[in-house]
Amino acid sequence: MPSSLQRKKPRIADRVAYVFIYLSAAISVLILIGIIGYVFFRGVGSINLEFLTKATSARAGTTGIAGNIINTLYIIVITLMVAAPIGIGSAVFLNEYAKPGKFVRLIEFTTEILSGIPSIIFGLFGMVFFGTTLRLGYSILTGALTLTLMILPLITRNTQEALKTVPNSYRSGALGIGATKWYMIRTILLPSAMPGILTGVILAIGRIVGESAALLFTAGSGYILPKTASDFFSKIFESGGTMTIQLYLSMSKGQYDIAFGIALVLLVIVLGINFATKYLAHKFDLTKKK
Amino acid sequence: MMNTRKNTSIIRNSQTKALVETIAQIIFTVCAVVAVLAVFSITLYMFLQGTPAFAQVGIREILFHSVWAPTAQTPSYGILYIILTSIIGTAAAVLIGVPIGVLTAVFLAEVAPRKLAAFVRPAIDLLAGIPSVIYGLLGIMILNPLMYRLEQIIFADSETHQFTGGANLISAVLVLVIMILPTVINISQSSLQAVQKDLKDASYGLGASQIQTIFRVQIPAAKSGIISAVVLGVGRAIGEAMAISLVSGSSVNFPLPFNSVRFLTTAIVSEMGYAADTHRMVLFSIGLVLFVFIMLINTLLTKILKGAPQDA
Repeated sequence: MPSSLQRKKPRIADRVAYVFIYLSAAISVLILIGIIGYVFFRGVGSINLEFLTKATSARAGTTGIAGNIINTLYIIVITLMVAAPIGIGSAVFLNEYAKPGKFVRLIEFTTEILSGIPSIIFGLFGMVFFGTTLRLGYSILTGALTLTLMILPLITRNTQEALKTVPNSYRSGALGIGATKWYMIRTILLPSAMPGILTGVILAIGRIVGESAALLFTAGSGYILPKTASDFFSKIFESGGTMTIQLYLSMSKGQYDIAFGIALVLLVIVLGINFATKYLAHKFDLTKKK
Repeated sequence: MMNTRKNTSIIRNSQTKALVETIAQIIFTVCAVVAVLAVFSITLYMFLQGTPAFAQVGIREILFHSVWAPTAQTPSYGILYIILTSIIGTAAAVLIGVPIGVLTAVFLAEVAPRKLAAFVRPAIDLLAGIPSVIYGLLGIMILNPLMYRLEQIIFADSETHQFTGGANLISAVLVLVIMILPTVINISQSSLQAVQKDLKDASYGLGASQIQTIFRVQIPAAKSGIISAVVLGVGRAIGEAMAISLVSGSSVNFPLPFNSVRFLTTAIVSEMGYAADTHRMVLFSIGLVLFVFIMLINTLLTKILKGAPQDA
């Protein structure tokens, strides 16, 4: 190629920039691979049937996180039972009922603020408000109510995004053939927005599973399994540490085998949640194209 | 349902319908107000709980004194070093994390071949989903021993240095860097991708190379998005508690790299369990200080986003 226009002169600055760009991306990926690999390597030895199905008990001589798994499930279910209706309702209000104005701006602003508050502040608030003022003490219920406030923005925002993608023709079509607004929301909007709402809920589950600072002073650290059917309901008024709390406590006591076992279980859950949201997002995209 | 169906009067039927409509609207409104109520009561409670200690111990004694000895015979509640640790630790984490994050965003948005991006992208998402206690665990098991070895080399001849076993400011900062990366990457990437294609084409048309286009055209055009990524990163770093509570050491010191330090968050996490009376009140004051920082950051963020509606 004789023409110098065709042959680009390589700039050294460009080369250096590319090196840094590739290096940065490599750092992020290597950190992830390192974390997963290390946790798997250290944690896999702790995982066995007893670890997953028994609670730690000095008398029975067992080491296990079953109590913590149950507590985590309790907190997920209760938190979602409270937060999902409120979050979805709030999104429906913002998207379908409210007219742009000060009130809407206030709600959107506070939702934004709520998502920026660190979990330790939620923990302090939950401890004083739900724990002391409402006299719920250190209990699964206190923890779940605290987390409700924390994941509310997540559910609201995802539902809002999903509602925005529902074409307006659906709305006018339903209203045009005489459906009432509530009927239209119930039978047309919410089902169409379901993949987006589900994504929000699954992301919320991820937040709950990984949360620790907001739970340490609200849900406490109990790890006993419910034994009878009546325990099943009274348990929500008792202290119950999730897996992350147990991980933190084991780690501060220097019981690293247990800590890595729990870390591995948590990582598997996080991976599962990631795939679930990817799958839903994919499905959601397809419906959007139609 | 049976009743309304038997009911042949159209008027009665539409009355029930109207009632249901009104109730639905009221319920949805109430749901939306919950967020407002939550922010309002959190603010109220943080001030109610955080201010009594200022009245009892004195604002200057708490905010501008550096001796933290809440359980001593004559207790001292100075949190100056704790505040400084949070500020310096966050600043350091952002200074290291933002360049890496923005460059990774550039990689994902512009440089990476499709297949490679499809591999890096999910990795970043996963990084964001890993629970913070796991970062803490790995910090203790990997970073702290490394730091201890460094410490032994650097301070081999020092007689005044207190050895920390590696639980120091640097370890905490490195953990924070990793934790803010996904936030910075995601937001920078979407703001880079939102830059109008015309700008890029024009730059190429003038003969600029890809790197010149990225650094002279696209990053400046995506400035407000990248700034909000930085601000969100600051918020995330200053509010992180569990990941750094064991990694950063257990005593309050001036935030030098190899000192064992306490952050605003870690002071609360590690002492709330046993604190009583004034000590407990001061911990709530620390919470209030953190809350005020977060509110300032949030307000800043809304200002930035308002200033640039096109990439919001």
